[in-house]
Amino acid sequence: MWSRTHFSGALAFLAAAVTAPALPAWLVSLATIAFANAFVVLGLVILWRAGLVPFGQALFYAIGAYSVALIGRYTGLRDAFLMLAVAAASAGIVAFLGGYLLARYRDIFFAMLSLAMSMILYGVLVKTQTLGSTDGFHVETPTFLGYAPRGQALNLAIFWLVLGLSAVAALLVRLYFRSVAGMLAVPVRDNEIRLEFLGISVTRLIHLKLVISGVLAGTGGALAAFAIAHVDPNMAYWTTSGGFVFVTILAGTSSVAAAFVGSFVFELVRSIAVDILPGAWQIILGSVLLLTILFLPEGLGSVFSRFKRRTPVVAP
Amino acid sequence: MSTILAVRDLEKAFGSVVAARNISLDIPPQQTVGIIGANGAGKTTFVNMITGHIEPSKGSIHFEDKDITGLPSRTIARLGISRSFQVAQIFASLTVHENLCAAAAIARSKVGILACALRPLHSPRTIDDADAVIELFQIVRYRDAPAASLPQGARKLLDIAMAVSGWPRLLLLDEPTSGISIEEKFGIMDVVMSALKSRKITILFVEHDMEIVARFADRVLAFYDGTVIADGTPTAVLADPQVQAFISGTKAKSGLQRSAVHA
Repeated sequence: MWSRTHFSGALAFLAAAVTAPALPAWLVSLATIAFANAFVVLGLVILWRAGLVPFGQALFYAIGAYSVALIGRYTGLRDAFLMLAVAAASAGIVAFLGGYLLARYRDIFFAMLSLAMSMILYGVLVKTQTLGSTDGFHVETPTFLGYAPRGQALNLAIFWLVLGLSAVAALLVRLYFRSVAGMLAVPVRDNEIRLEFLGISVTRLIHLKLVISGVLAGTGGALAAFAIAHVDPNMAYWTTSGGFVFVTILAGTSSVAAAFVGSFVFELVRSIAVDILPGAWQIILGSVLLLTILFLPEGLGSVFSRFKRRTPVVAP
Repeated sequence: MSTILAVRDLEKAFGSVVAARNISLDIPPQQTVGIIGANGAGKTTFVNMITGHIEPSKGSIHFEDKDITGLPSRTIARLGISRSFQVAQIFASLTVHENLCAAAAIARSKVGILACALRPLHSPRTIDDADAVIELFQIVRYRDAPAASLPQGARKLLDIAMAVSGWPRLLLLDEPTSGISIEEKFGIMDVVMSALKSRKITILFVEHDMEIVARFADRVLAFYDGTVIADGTPTAVLADPQVQAFISGTKAKSGLQRSAVHA
């Protein structure tokens, strides 16, 4: 089942993996953060397709990041894969529990309830002196199945880890989009009554989507914690959640690849904007969002799919 | 099994308003039952109670000897009772074929949500199921049209086709011809009834047009003030003086005369 999308995805993956050691260090760390954040965006896309926009996805991002940091602080465990598994599971469990409440709400109520949950965590983190309060604390250097690199080798190892997991996540989410539960996203948005009378629970469908997006966001947060080597309560703050919503609008919800491209473009634009206008970079970022909504309302992903749709017409 | 649906002393009260009361009846398999009554007589309340959309205040509903009183609609759908709606309930952003693939995939998947995440929606079987239903309801020319663009008649047919996708044994049609022009009504009902009968489905349909009732029903239930005031063959029920006074009015008389020609 190797489609052209798989092929171009694999090509981009290999190109990024092979060229990484030759790329400037700033670009590698930018791509690492961008792809780590793309995990959160993938989760947002899953919910967005069903018409749900969470304004508090940073909750799961922060849980993933703090899980990694806490393991480093209180245990001797240093293996990146084990820490990731714990981080993803913690975020998934919180999403599962919170899902019992969240899955019952829609539209602005869903968005605000998710925001409220993330702000509770933010408040707790800010008030907890042992976790560094607003300053946060340091994340221990991870090892990779026994391999313990330092300096730029560590940055490269983290980049490859993020890249490899991105490929796995992209394949799995793509499979999910084709599954019964994944394909029923548009029906959830269109007509919940019909779904219930066809014999499926809309609440449970949304609950499942919440858990998947929570696990993705937790993984993204853990990867970001490795990359930044520091966690702080801002990772749970509403502007962080808003940033993910921003990237999802920029990327669009039409494809899995768009989440990664969109996240990369966002980080690139942000770092260029900070360079040009250090005090007012938000003006540039805001203008980019405005232009996206005006000219690419379905996001960057719609550019690929438009191109894809045009090609078969040429060759009958 | 001589009874597919057994209803006993069904009652529904919304606060002090009693929307349905003292409803008791038995429906044998493969009967086609027309439900008539003025607006507010309790027809839709009755349909909503059978399909689990609202819970009865009193009484019991047995389907194939199983007590289904108060079960949620999705559980009742899984047991074999399906319904269509007065206002067609479809997935407007999808094409007709995609609508029916979704319905077929849900019917074929297990109840567990996790199982739904592990199976592709477009399998050869769901695609075949969808095409079979499209052919059955004669909407082949709309197969790849977006459901939002369908004319009213095709929209109603799609709604019923989706209800049939799960191979129900009992189907409740809430005003299948509402919103359809008089010229189209009989054609559409012919398509629906022959499709349902080919699948041996027991049918309960709510209908305002007495001509349609007389033409398609084996049996008629007349609702008035929340309860059944007449139950019998179309000819007998439509000739009932109470039914003529409360429900059909003068219009039924001409309807009856014309239906005599059909019979």
